[in-house]
Amino acid sequence: MTIRVELPQHLRTLAKVGREVQLEVQAPVTLRSVLDALEAHHPVLRGTIRDHVTLQRRAFLRFFACEEDLSHHSTDTPLPDAVASGKEPLLIIGAIAGG
Amino acid sequence: MSKVRVLVGTRKGAFILTSDGKREKWDVTGPHFAGWEMYHLKGSPSDPNRIYASQTSGWFGQIIQVSKDGGKTWDAPGGGMPAPGDGGMPPKISNKFVYDTSGETGKPLTTHQWYDGTQHPWEFKRVWHLEPSLTDPDTVYAGVEDAAIFRSSDGGKSWHELAGLRGHGTGPKWQPGAGGMCLHTIILDPSNPKRIFIAISAAGAFRTDNGGKNWKPINRGLHSQYIPDPNAEVGHCVHHVAMNPKRPNVLFMQKHWDIMRSDDAGDSWKEVSGNIPTDFGFVIDIHAHEPDTIYVVPIKSDSEHFVPEGKLRVYRSRSGGNEWEALTKGLPQKDCYVNVLRDAMAVDSLDKCGVYFGTTGGQVYASADAGDTWAPIVRDLPAVYSVEVQTLS
Repeated sequence: MTIRVELPQHLRTLAKVGREVQLEVQAPVTLRSVLDALEAHHPVLRGTIRDHVTLQRRAFLRFFACEEDLSHHSTDTPLPDAVASGKEPLLIIGAIAGG
Repeated sequence: MSKVRVLVGTRKGAFILTSDGKREKWDVTGPHFAGWEMYHLKGSPSDPNRIYASQTSGWFGQIIQVSKDGGKTWDAPGGGMPAPGDGGMPPKISNKFVYDTSGETGKPLTTHQWYDGTQHPWEFKRVWHLEPSLTDPDTVYAGVEDAAIFRSSDGGKSWHELAGLRGHGTGPKWQPGAGGMCLHTIILDPSNPKRIFIAISAAGAFRTDNGGKNWKPINRGLHSQYIPDPNAEVGHCVHHVAMNPKRPNVLFMQKHWDIMRSDDAGDSWKEVSGNIPTDFGFVIDIHAHEPDTIYVVPIKSDSEHFVPEGKLRVYRSRSGGNEWEALTKGLPQKDCYVNVLRDAMAVDSLDKCGVYFGTTGGQVYASADAGDTWAPIVRDLPAVYSVEVQTLS
């Protein structure tokens, strides 16, 4: 399945990609499987979205899709069908902060 | 003709300034890595076009960048796809700093003292300082927060902790300063490849004489009123240490308060603050050709981190300390309230020695005559975190 992922600007620059990347991910499509695929295709992103060792989400990032905050869901929970079908993107969002 | 390249790390990106040996006209490139905190950039002494950079962010963590063409292009080593000849092996991970907990080379992960006095586990935050080997462009050391030293011997593709430092046993007494518990100073001894000096806020200075396997605190003579035992073996907030490579047994230190000197490679220290108006500060550096000529930028106090009286003054001692003179020509002498952070001063090795420093107000000042006169070579950058200089032939 082709999954669409939108990255925050700094990670686009780092990975040298555009606003959205497309990834082939086997079912069931979960946060973990999408992030695994993203990091496999763009190794420079390893450690920037989740911790190298614990694989915990970095504190100032959030995962949104289909107008829903998925940040606190288990990473093994299947993503919404609209994401799994490629109709909607998974959004990786940086927390808003000034300075 | 000689050239000078100045590497500037700021709160929102990196900048590279170049000039010929006259050091009058400067070209500025940047921002490199715009929007990221650039704690430190430093070039390899054995291959000046090899530059390592610490790129960090509260959102996205730590990245190590490397340039092999003097800062024109950059790459995060190990961050690409596996090469066809790698047999499908995953690439190495250049931004992975994992504390050594192995029984063979390290000790079980220890704790350090937290702000409230309780014990707290080590947690990697960022790289404060990168120190390339004096002889091998692929070898580089990283000083990190929470305090530890790592080494890469493959050009920054992978990092391994020199765990003997935290294994020294005093770790539970180390504590973070207001800026975090950072290992900010790494000095390689050019006369002894096995000897390395480091400094940590707030633990103090340490030295290894066997290439990083074992370390010992070198804080005898330091006196810090803000810790329960002012003369303790560890716990001192050392802000920066400098060495002139021509005289590697002599070290100068800017401590939280006090300017210190050691003539025995750190085994003992004596205060050389002398007639300086305030001995609080962050930076300290040494003239390239005159080992007894020292530069500091006094800061008003530990609670008011800006220069005293609204005047930006570099103080120079030509006697190895104690007797200091204010250098003011070309520096603002009214309404100036900037700070100069611990890694934000450097010297070139031209004759006359050039001295450079960057401020939290975004100016980089240079003197092409060893401090007698100054001029801003760039201004209005983001707050400057670090300044390093390469003298290129």
